[in-house]
Amino acid sequence: MLDFLDINFLTGRVMPYLDRGLVMSLQLIIPAALIGGFIGVVMGVMRVFGTPWMRRGTDAVVAVIRGVPLTVQLMVLYFGLPSVPGLKIYLSPYAAALIGFIVCTASYQSEYVRGALLSIRQGQIRAAQALGMTRWQTILSVVVPQAVRRALPGCGNEIIYLVKYSSLAYIVTCIELTGEAKVLVSRTFRPTEVYLVAACYYLVMVSAATYLLAKLEKKLAIPGFGTQK
Amino acid sequence: MNAPQNDTPILRAEHFSKYLTGRKILDDCSISMRPGDVKVLIGPSGAGKSTFLQCINCLLEPDEGEIWLGERRVDFKNTRELYDLRQHVGMIFQDFKLFDHLSAENNVALALRKVRGLSKAEALKRAHEELARVGLEDKAKLYPAQLSGGQKQRVAIARALAMDPTILLLDEPTSALDPELVGEVLTVIRDLAARGMPMIMVTHQMEFARAVATEILFMEAGHVIEQGSPEELLAPGAQTRTQDFCTRLYELCGETPVEEG
Amino acid sequence: MHILSTIIEALPYILEGTLVTIVLVAGALSLGFCLGVPMAVAQVYAPRPAAMLVGFYVWFFRGVPVLLLLFLFYYGLFGLIGLDVGTIGASCIVLGMTSAAYQSQIFRGSILSLSAGQLKAGKALGMTNGQTIIHVILPQALRLSIPGWSNEYSILLKDSAMCFALGTPEIMARTHFVASRTYEHLPLYITAGLIYFAITMAGVTMLRRLEQKARIPGYNSAGM
Repeated sequence: MLDFLDINFLTGRVMPYLDRGLVMSLQLIIPAALIGGFIGVVMGVMRVFGTPWMRRGTDAVVAVIRGVPLTVQLMVLYFGLPSVPGLKIYLSPYAAALIGFIVCTASYQSEYVRGALLSIRQGQIRAAQALGMTRWQTILSVVVPQAVRRALPGCGNEIIYLVKYSSLAYIVTCIELTGEAKVLVSRTFRPTEVYLVAACYYLVMVSAATYLLAKLEKKLAIPGFGTQK
Repeated sequence: MNAPQNDTPILRAEHFSKYLTGRKILDDCSISMRPGDVKVLIGPSGAGKSTFLQCINCLLEPDEGEIWLGERRVDFKNTRELYDLRQHVGMIFQDFKLFDHLSAENNVALALRKVRGLSKAEALKRAHEELARVGLEDKAKLYPAQLSGGQKQRVAIARALAMDPTILLLDEPTSALDPELVGEVLTVIRDLAARGMPMIMVTHQMEFARAVATEILFMEAGHVIEQGSPEELLAPGAQTRTQDFCTRLYELCGETPVEEG
Repeated sequence: MHILSTIIEALPYILEGTLVTIVLVAGALSLGFCLGVPMAVAQVYAPRPAAMLVGFYVWFFRGVPVLLLLFLFYYGLFGLIGLDVGTIGASCIVLGMTSAAYQSQIFRGSILSLSAGQLKAGKALGMTNGQTIIHVILPQALRLSIPGWSNEYSILLKDSAMCFALGTPEIMARTHFVASRTYEHLPLYITAGLIYFAITMAGVTMLRRLEQKARIPGYNSAGM
C-alpha cells in the first residue's frame, strides 16, 4: 500500500537509484539540447537562406522526423541498423538514444528558427541597407537579434519536451531516470511510490527549466516586440 | 565648365530604366541635384516614383542608367562603392522601418557604430544630438512600439541625418500617418530644406510641395512627363498635366492643404 | 524478395495494430476534449481555488513524461483503486488525461483571445454566465482552437507509440514482436514509420477541412 511516511524506504532505497538515473538523464538531455540546438539553428538557416536544393533536402528530412514517432526512430537506430546486412552498425544504448534525441530535437528546433527568420520583415533589412550596412552587418546586428527573440519561446518549449522525451531512452535499454524506476519497481514491488518520486524528479527538472527560460525571455524582452505576430 | 564649383551637381541619376517581371516600370528617367535643391516627385500611383527613388540609392538596382556622386561615377556592381553610395544618400521610408528591437537612440546609433566605426559612447552622443534636432531628446530610451507614428518618422529622419548624408530621399514620409501627426513631420522636413539639405521627395502633400520645392517632376507610366518650378507648373491657368493632376487630387481625395508651423 | 514477403505477411497483423492505435488516439482525444473544455472554462471563469486546482493538474501532467505516467497509472494507481481496464483501456485513459492538460491550455488561449465585450453583450441580453459561455464564448473559442487541436492530434498519435511499453497491442508492439522473430528489424520499423506518417497526414488534412467548414466569413483570430 501507499506508505509515504516510510522515509527510510524513500531516502535509503529509492533516492539512490533515482539519483543515478537522474545523472544518466542529464547526460542525455544536456548534450542533446546543445548539439541538437546547434544543428537546429544551422538547419533552420539552411531552410530559409539555402539553395533550393538544400532547402528541399532539409524540409524533407524535417517532415519525416516530425511525422514519425520518436519511439520508431529509436527502434530503427538501436534494433534496425544492426539488422542491415553488410552495414552492421551496432550502437550502444546510450549512443542510440543520444543520436535519436539530437536528430529529433534538431528537426523541431529548425522549425522555430525557420519561423523566426521568416517573421523578420523585409523592411528591417531594407532600412539597414539604406544606411549603408553590409550584408553581414545586417545579419548580425538586425536579423539575428530579432530572430533570437522570436525563436526563444518555441526553442525553450522544445527543451522542456526534450527533458520529458528523454524517458524514451528506456525503450532502447539505456537506463536513465525512468529505467531505474522500472528496475527498482521490479525489485521492491512498490510501483506507486517509486513512480511518484520519479515523477517529482521530472517535475523539478521541468519547472526549473521553465523558470530559467521565462527569466531569460524576460531579460531579453523588448516593449512591443514579439507581441505582434 | 564655367559654372562655379558649388553649382556642379552633387548627385546625378541619369537615364534610369528598370524592368520588373518583364514590364518596363521606369523608362529613361534622370534627375540632377545641386546644393539646396528640393525636388518633389508627383504623379498617379504606379507611375514609378518610388521605384525611381529606390534606384537612386540602389535598394533596387536600375537595369540601365548611371549614378554620379559629384565628379565620380558609382559602380554599383562593386559592393564597396554601393555601400559608400548608400552612406551618402539617406532614405526615409513611408512605413518608417525603424529597427523593432532597438530603442530610439540605438536605432540612430547602430549604423554610426557599425558603418562609421564610432565607439558606443560617441555614437550615442551623436544620436542624442540628432534626436534633439527633431525634438525627441526625451524619447531616446523608448522602443518603436512605444512611439506614435509621427515620432517614429522623426526618429527615422534622425537616423538618416546621423550618417551626414549629402542628400536625402523621402518616400511619401507622411502618408502612413494620422492626419493630426502629419504637421510635426512636415515641420522637421521644412526645417531641413531651410538649412539647405538637398532632398528628393515623393509626396501627395501638394501645398507643402508648392511651398518648399525648387522643382517638381511629374511622372506617369515610368516617364518624367513634366518638370519645372512650382510657379511654372502650378501657376493659375497653366495648362499643365501637373496642375490637372493636382486639381483631380483635391476633388477626388478631398485632400485639403495641411497647415503646419 | 524475402524482405518484401516478410512485410506482406506481417502487414495484416500490423494493420490490426493500426486499428488499436486509431482507437487509442480517438479515445484519448475525446476524453481530453471532455475534460479539457470544462477545465479551460474553470481556469478562466471559476473562483480561485478551482482555477488553482486545474493549474496544478496541468502542471503535473505537462511536467511528467507520458511513459512514466503510463507506468505510474497502469502498474500503480489503477491497481490501488481497483480499476482493471486492460492495457488498451489504461493507455487510452492516461493519454486522455495528459491530452486534457494540453487541450485545456489550447482552449484557454482561445477563450482569452476573445474580446471581453462578448461576455458583456451576452449579459446585456439577460443571459446567465453559463448561458453566455455555452452559447457565445465556446462556439467562438472552439473554432479558434482547431489549428491547436490538429497539432495536439499529431502529438498524441506519436505519443501513442509509447504504449507498447505496457504491451498494448498497437502498431509498435506488433512491429517489435514480428521484428524480434524475423530479424527484419529495419524494413519493419520503416513500414511502421510509414503507417504513422500516413495517419498523421490523413488526420491533419481532415482537420484542415473541418477548419474550413467551420469558418465564419470574415472571422479569424488575426482579424480580431
